[in-house]
Amino acid sequence: MRVRRLAAWTALPLAATLGLVACGSGGGGSGATDPNAAVRIEIAEPQHLVPTNTTETSGSQVLAALFSPLIDYDDANQAYEVAAESVTSEDNITWTIKLKDGYTFHNGEPVTADNYIDAWNYGAYAPNGQGSSYFFEKIAGYDELQGETPAAQALSGLEKVDDLTFTVTLSAPYSDFRTMLGYNAFYPLPKAAFSEPGVLDEGYEQAPIGQGPFKMKGTWQHDARVEVERYDAFPGEQPKVAGVEFRIYQQPAAAYADVLSDNLDVIKAIPTENLSTAPTDLGDRFQTSPGSSFQFLSFPTYQEEFSNPDVRKAISMAIDREEITKAVFKDSQTPARSFVSPVVAGYRENTIGDAGTFDPAKAKALYESAGGPSQIEISYNGDGGHKDWVDATCNQLKANLDVECVGNAEPKFSDLLTKVKAEQSVGLFRMAWVMDYPSMENYLGPLYSSTGSANFYGYENPEFDKLVAEGSAAASEEEAIAKYQQAEELLAEDMPVIPLRYGQNVFGHSSKVTNVELDLFNRVDLLKIEAVQ
Amino acid sequence: MVRFILRRLLQMVLAFFGTTLIVYALMFAGQGDPIQALAGERPVTEAQRAYLTEKFHLDRTGIDGFFYRYFDYIRNLLQGDLGESLTGRQIGDILAAAWPVTIKLALIAMTVTVLVGVTAGVLAGIRRASIFDNSTLLLTLVVLAVPTIVLAPIAQYLLGVRWQLFPPTAGADPDFYALLLPGIVLGSLSLATALRLTRTSVAENLRADYVRTARSKGLVKRRIVGIHVLRNSLIPVVTFLGVELGNLMGGAIITEGVFNIPGVGFNLFRAIRTEDGPLVVGIVSVLVVVYLIANLVVDVLYAVLDPRIRYE
Repeated sequence: MRVRRLAAWTALPLAATLGLVACGSGGGGSGATDPNAAVRIEIAEPQHLVPTNTTETSGSQVLAALFSPLIDYDDANQAYEVAAESVTSEDNITWTIKLKDGYTFHNGEPVTADNYIDAWNYGAYAPNGQGSSYFFEKIAGYDELQGETPAAQALSGLEKVDDLTFTVTLSAPYSDFRTMLGYNAFYPLPKAAFSEPGVLDEGYEQAPIGQGPFKMKGTWQHDARVEVERYDAFPGEQPKVAGVEFRIYQQPAAAYADVLSDNLDVIKAIPTENLSTAPTDLGDRFQTSPGSSFQFLSFPTYQEEFSNPDVRKAISMAIDREEITKAVFKDSQTPARSFVSPVVAGYRENTIGDAGTFDPAKAKALYESAGGPSQIEISYNGDGGHKDWVDATCNQLKANLDVECVGNAEPKFSDLLTKVKAEQSVGLFRMAWVMDYPSMENYLGPLYSSTGSANFYGYENPEFDKLVAEGSAAASEEEAIAKYQQAEELLAEDMPVIPLRYGQNVFGHSSKVTNVELDLFNRVDLLKIEAVQ
Repeated sequence: MVRFILRRLLQMVLAFFGTTLIVYALMFAGQGDPIQALAGERPVTEAQRAYLTEKFHLDRTGIDGFFYRYFDYIRNLLQGDLGESLTGRQIGDILAAAWPVTIKLALIAMTVTVLVGVTAGVLAGIRRASIFDNSTLLLTLVVLAVPTIVLAPIAQYLLGVRWQLFPPTAGADPDFYALLLPGIVLGSLSLATALRLTRTSVAENLRADYVRTARSKGLVKRRIVGIHVLRNSLIPVVTFLGVELGNLMGGAIITEGVFNIPGVGFNLFRAIRTEDGPLVVGIVSVLVVVYLIANLVVDVLYAVLDPRIRYE
């Protein structure tokens, strides 16, 4: 790390001149766009390219080229129909999905309701071991598909009406179901994907057939690239480039070097060590856009010394968020004072109130009266570049609360989780959350409800669980949000975690492309990007 | 000679099984929760956990579990099946894709080492205490002192990004030119060592009795150095280069990462990071074989260089 920074320092003056040179040549171009050119986008090696088994950004980016979602999100992060004609429900239990006519898979098969039903059944069936199977748990009949030898093969809640219509029955009312359909687990699969009903063809993943704006060009070349080209029979909005090469990098620093020399068109996340020089290196090709990630510190609420909410509030109050985002993150992240990200409907600023206002004197008085521990430990995973901000936070706590504070690095996040799950003493520990779909529920449910999949800190509040459940079952989005906001207020009283920062997409592109936009899921918008001649 | 080679080959089989056992045991002991490591910071679903646990026998722990999994692995290995990585790819396929580019890179590095290192070493040895000798001494000191993790990004930035002499990264299926810069960076460390080694060896041999004899009977200098001194001086250098070739094949983790070359080191790094036990053991097993063969070749080359050495 230190070495890299040294390199960055020596690079700074050189980079400034390089930036000037790049600007000069950029201005000299004709600026006309070339619809027959392909663009090159950086990704990491995807783990899987099956829609129901893809849970990381790189795979999701490739699938976004190959598939067209039922639902997408507009600039205000509101859901709108893409491959679906309409998604409606009277009671939030039975949802009717009508598909647009004219969509075909890349092998010529027309897209029908069966393609969705087959794909979702495959995803939900436990023995298939699909990473996104939990997306289907709200659909009726999900439980019968679990276990080693499930009782059923298909979700009882999915029913075909006609070729372009099917209904989804949920096991409990859920007002955000339409919003949820934007996630890649809900893409359809062609008949050709299955070697026999319910069994995915082994070769499918090497060259996935979708119904989106791009089709595969060749197969997935592991550790090298995935290439796609425009699918001319796509009935929706056509992309403005002829193809995309998703080039696989293991280290973002290598991708960054390639963007600087126009060997690569888009890097989706500029490495931290280059953040200080990137604005000069890239000029106006260095960009940021809102992202959904939420960084926070969790309390092991099962431990005696952190069980008093006042202790937790006092620690929160003693942290100067602005200083850390500025000094450590060069403003690539923004301070957080609520439990959900600003990108979701229903977000309100500063819901944690006083606990989010930096006030060392008040924090110290509160901490002492609440009997906070004289030693604090902050655990983090050592492989994620967290040392700098954890140490900075510790220094603030030392100075402001007059306590001993040390950062404790675990090798990997999985090691940290193993300790937390065994309720070993790890002190405070860092966590982060990236949403699956823009809804307050996607933050509140998994993170803080007593059965939440990412609730590792033992927070239990029946009142909170009830409010979230009521929100899910609410008749309209407004009513749902009202319930969620009440639930968030309970969190502000209990402070099971300290909100610290919201992440952003911090990306850059070469001088050969324009209109580069990244969505909330850190994916390049492939319908907007254009190549410059 | 043939008997010697046969004996060594038999020893290699034992060494191979011994090392795989040790590597397997180390991976087994150090393994935390590979399923969570695979998922990163996302929560893992029960269905997926159950699926992967069953597929890779991850519920088999303790001594019994270790031997069960090790012998399962060896049984498959003997049938030519290296197994599957945690993401479901055949490890055999991964290695087949990774080896060619790593071998190319290692050969380029080796060529650079031999051409530049040995030549400069001989020159420096002949002209001891000259400007050339002193400047190479200084240069090799600098190169030896700078680790690859610093050298590689700086070379990439200066030669690739700033002056644009080389492509900044090589990527998959690169041409010779794209591999040249990573090859030089990778070879620079062994180049410096080879240079110093050759210089000392040549300088020492020039003072040997047989050189004085050759000179007194009027042999031309080129023949003295080219045939007699060089041949005797190369023995320690060849030992070093043989071991180094093994190092270059497996030790390119940093260089392959910086220049984005999907070779063996690149895959090994990822396998270690994601606690992908089967993949680590698979790669290391092959590396062990490479080392053993490189050492055997070195031993055979001794006899070629020095007729006094005989293998019985």
